[in-house]
Amino acid sequence: MDQPIVTLSNVTVTYGTNRALRDVSAGFYEGAIGLLGPNGAGKSTMLKALLGFVKPDQGEMRVFGLNVAEKPLEIRARLGYMPETDGHIPGMNAVTFVAYCGQLAGLPFSDAMQRAHEVLYYVGLGEARYRNVETYSTGMKQRIKLAQALVHDPELLFLDEPTNGMDPKGREEMLDLIRDLAHNKHVNLILSSHLLPDVEYTCNRVVVMDKATVVAQGPIGELKGPSGRVFELRVKGDLLAFLDVLHANGLETHNTDDDVLRVFVPADAAPRVGATTDQQAIFALAAKEGIQVRHLRASLPTLEDVFAKAVGEE
Amino acid sequence: MPIHDQSYRHYEGHRAKPGQAWTVIAEAGIRNMIRKRAFLALLLFAWLPFVIRAVQIYLASNWPQASLLAPTAQTFREFMDQQSVFVFFVTIYVGAGLIANDRRANALQIYLSKPLMRSEYIAGKLAILVAFLLLVTFVPGILLLLIQIAFAGSFEFIRKNVFLFPAITLASLVQVLLASFTMLALSSLSKSARYVAILYAGVLFFTKAMFGALMLIMGSTRIAWVSFSDNLTQVVDVIFRLKPRYEVPWMVSLLVIVALMVVSASILERRVRGVEVIT
Repeated sequence: MDQPIVTLSNVTVTYGTNRALRDVSAGFYEGAIGLLGPNGAGKSTMLKALLGFVKPDQGEMRVFGLNVAEKPLEIRARLGYMPETDGHIPGMNAVTFVAYCGQLAGLPFSDAMQRAHEVLYYVGLGEARYRNVETYSTGMKQRIKLAQALVHDPELLFLDEPTNGMDPKGREEMLDLIRDLAHNKHVNLILSSHLLPDVEYTCNRVVVMDKATVVAQGPIGELKGPSGRVFELRVKGDLLAFLDVLHANGLETHNTDDDVLRVFVPADAAPRVGATTDQQAIFALAAKEGIQVRHLRASLPTLEDVFAKAVGEE
Repeated sequence: MPIHDQSYRHYEGHRAKPGQAWTVIAEAGIRNMIRKRAFLALLLFAWLPFVIRAVQIYLASNWPQASLLAPTAQTFREFMDQQSVFVFFVTIYVGAGLIANDRRANALQIYLSKPLMRSEYIAGKLAILVAFLLLVTFVPGILLLLIQIAFAGSFEFIRKNVFLFPAITLASLVQVLLASFTMLALSSLSKSARYVAILYAGVLFFTKAMFGALMLIMGSTRIAWVSFSDNLTQVVDVIFRLKPRYEVPWMVSLLVIVALMVVSASILERRVRGVEVIT
């Protein structure tokens, strides 16, 4: 855990006039790392830059201590990549396709074929392995992309939005596979996703990206950690004015999908307005502003809170 | 604790060093093509001129009455000319989808995420087309020469025409490489193999027609360099030590051929990428 296996130092990538990565510096340690960020934050670009698909305008990237610009083949021999978009070799059935990918990664034909059968069973496509990949459903295509990334037993997996387009059951199974790979099979992985629950379920560290930069990184526990107390709050009245009051008193807030505010009380914040507890302080502020408190409950910090804070969501 | 994990195992076997993946691509592509019956039929058909020429050589060697059929260096040049039709069809059948189909299926990102360079990918794809085109040009050409030696029972003919071995080899290579590079470049421009096939045929026929029209207007064949196929004809004539059939200097035709291959290589360099950047 001492040294990161992937490092980026001041990396900038530009597509035409659009800056996809802006002076990014980050470290990915062993284990399962979530690469989190809204769409367009630069997650996929980062993975593609690490694979050598796009050349950075500046900066240095290292994987397993090897410079991506100098040793791309040596690095890719130890990597597995599950792309975000559908991808397969036309005209092949699943087992031929996966074995072919194994051979491309340097495995002899017989070993590649044996591993193809094994990984197809592992990802849940054992029964469908002789079907042409073009006839697969979206969920099956996601699984076969994972299989081709795994066939040569990579030391590090890049998973780009692996649950995209999957039904809830398939998504759950895919997340279980990823979790199993990371925690039981000791395959290091970088999971790029905009879905917080996916990352929280499978990863122990995160790198949060927003607007082409890294805005937070570290172990999930630490990022959620000693940062204070969190409350769920629902109120009736002039919400905007009340938010201003909360912010003026050093409390942070962000909205959730369920019309519930999440209120953060920083660890160093002292009880306010003469209250002995945070709850009392919030009640007191609400009473002062003539706001009705309909729901106030202590909560646990989640990755969503980390994300919201990092990307400055309101 | 389980004594054996049947789910996912780590691999500890042999791994080839990077640099050999092009052979995997070529092998898979060749295997994929020869599984197609229509393609096998086309290959068989492409060998018909060879059979006819072999019979011609046999008759000329064994029947004095058929001595007017006796092969000359010109016979081999004509044979190469006849094979051009099959070069065209094989190029379209094999080549049109080589990269276009991969682009349609987003396969480039899969290929290039493996330990292989873009040049290896192109070499693998090129090898598929080159292999089949040599099978309908170089292989029957050289076999025909060997058959001539075998039926004649002497080395007299070959002693007089020893240049035929390198001529067939060189002419086949020029023809095959030009067709392969240009087709592969066109294939990298589209996601539809059908469109690529039409484009290739269109370029060939359009340039030929343009040459025909300009020849009528100018009353000279100096403009033959505008025709894709006639440049090849001109250069192959020279390789076979024959008088070139057009007035355009053969060096100009050779330059056009080289330029076409360079442009094709440049297109491939730009188009074969793991990520498509649209700006």
